[in-house]
Amino acid sequence: MREEILKTLDKNSKVAESDLAKMLGMTEEEVHAEIKKLEAEHVICGYPTLINWDATTEERVTALIEVKVTPQRGQGFDKIAERIYRYDEVESVYLMSGGFDLTVIIEGKSMREVASFVSQKLAPMEAVLSTGTHFVLKKYKEHGLPLVSEGDGDERMLVTP
Amino acid sequence: MRNPLNNKVQVMKPSGIRKFFDIVSEMKDAISLGVGEPDFETPWHIREEAIYSLEKGRTVYTSNAGLKELKVEVCNYLKRRYGLEYPDKNVLVTIGGSEAIDAALRAMVDPGDEVLIPEPCYVSYVPCVALADGVPVTIELKAENEFRLTKQELLDAITDKTKILIMPFPNNPTGAIMEEKDLREIAEVVVEKDLFVISDEIYSELTYGRNHVSIASMPGMKERTIVINGFSKSYAMTGWRLGYAVGPEEIITQMIKIHQFAIMCAPTTSQYAAVEALKNGDSDVEVMRDAYDKRRKYLVARLREIGLECFEPYGAFYVFPCIKGFGMTSEEFATKLLEEEKLAIVPGTAFGDCGEGFLRISYAYSIEQLKEALDRMENFIKRHRK
Repeated sequence: MREEILKTLDKNSKVAESDLAKMLGMTEEEVHAEIKKLEAEHVICGYPTLINWDATTEERVTALIEVKVTPQRGQGFDKIAERIYRYDEVESVYLMSGGFDLTVIIEGKSMREVASFVSQKLAPMEAVLSTGTHFVLKKYKEHGLPLVSEGDGDERMLVTP
Repeated sequence: MRNPLNNKVQVMKPSGIRKFFDIVSEMKDAISLGVGEPDFETPWHIREEAIYSLEKGRTVYTSNAGLKELKVEVCNYLKRRYGLEYPDKNVLVTIGGSEAIDAALRAMVDPGDEVLIPEPCYVSYVPCVALADGVPVTIELKAENEFRLTKQELLDAITDKTKILIMPFPNNPTGAIMEEKDLREIAEVVVEKDLFVISDEIYSELTYGRNHVSIASMPGMKERTIVINGFSKSYAMTGWRLGYAVGPEEIITQMIKIHQFAIMCAPTTSQYAAVEALKNGDSDVEVMRDAYDKRRKYLVARLREIGLECFEPYGAFYVFPCIKGFGMTSEEFATKLLEEEKLAIVPGTAFGDCGEGFLRISYAYSIEQLKEALDRMENFIKRHRK
């Protein structure tokens, strides 16, 4: 059942516990207890909202940075990853297979802000060998949801057999 | 001037749902739980395959019975999902399940033959039997049996003119299914009385907590059953108009003749899309089934909370609650609900007289839509409870 709870919340974290209970055939208390447990176990790490910032007046710039690093004895990549992800500007950090080691996603107010983070904070780190910065030009889809408007809505007739 | 019209058509009643549709379309900003088709769009990989077939210029007729490749995939599918084995020459690809129903009846019914139709059911069986010069004989299914057909009900309806039994399960509008034990009893009667079955299994992929069983897989039934299925409900492909019939070669051969002269062949683009659906669509079906199941549970729980009695339906995407305690007919209830709460729900009587006292609620809607609709329903019920 916890997988079912997670799958549902993954699509809509706003769903009320009473509705979730009905959808899964559980009691409200059971759902509540299970969610609390998932939060305590850090399986559920938060409930952010998916926002299409391009549709607002807020200026935002996203950059994806390929980072090559030297892994450290005894700690592998974890220590250096932590030193990077602790910065508030950093949105995501992934350890990658292939031609580089870490994908670092940065959100900033402007290209200059992102550039200064990379040149002054990220690149000078001792373990960082190189960085390659790619700016995002347009976001089409995130977290399984299209950010661009799909338009037409429900095209079905109101009543059909 | 002479009467230009055919009498059979003239006496045919327009579908009850049509009448309700006309009322609803007059109503501005009404919300609806009245739709008999999925709210999902056709999965993208299926649509892409159709686009690709158009780009490649596959814009010509297929053979009458359908693309060989599609018929082979249909056979693979039926074997994989329901243990039914047919050679591909026993498949006829049709314009939706609807054409298959019509063609099967026209291929099998002689004037005066009686065709048994369990009701409540989809709207087209009775008129199609009449058009085929058959005599539609309805069997009233009962709420206390969860709207399943029982052996006794079947036996009571059989006369020496009975030739065909239509089996519309999983059922629109009740959501009822027939499980293996139920089918076994029906099959025994069918074999003993030498009847044929047209089994409309269009909702076969949408069963919850128990797998669909085809009556054609019962002992002695394969040679006397036409199985009808299609892509509309399982792959959210209603607008593609594509279905199929499989059955004994001697019947399918005659159906192909009717199809050949009336239709020529099913739409080519849809057929290529359907090949992709059958080859790579199992996981899409699973995702949609899972979503329907959550809505189903939500809806049943909500209805019971607000005090509307209903049995738990295990198939299709409908719930069929009873509104007998309100001193209104189904149609009055539905009309009032529409006027007062701007909520459109189809009265059970649109699916046969024995649907009186019931409503068909569709859950091919998002949870948010269901929630809003059920809130309105709750207000209505509080006001009108006697």
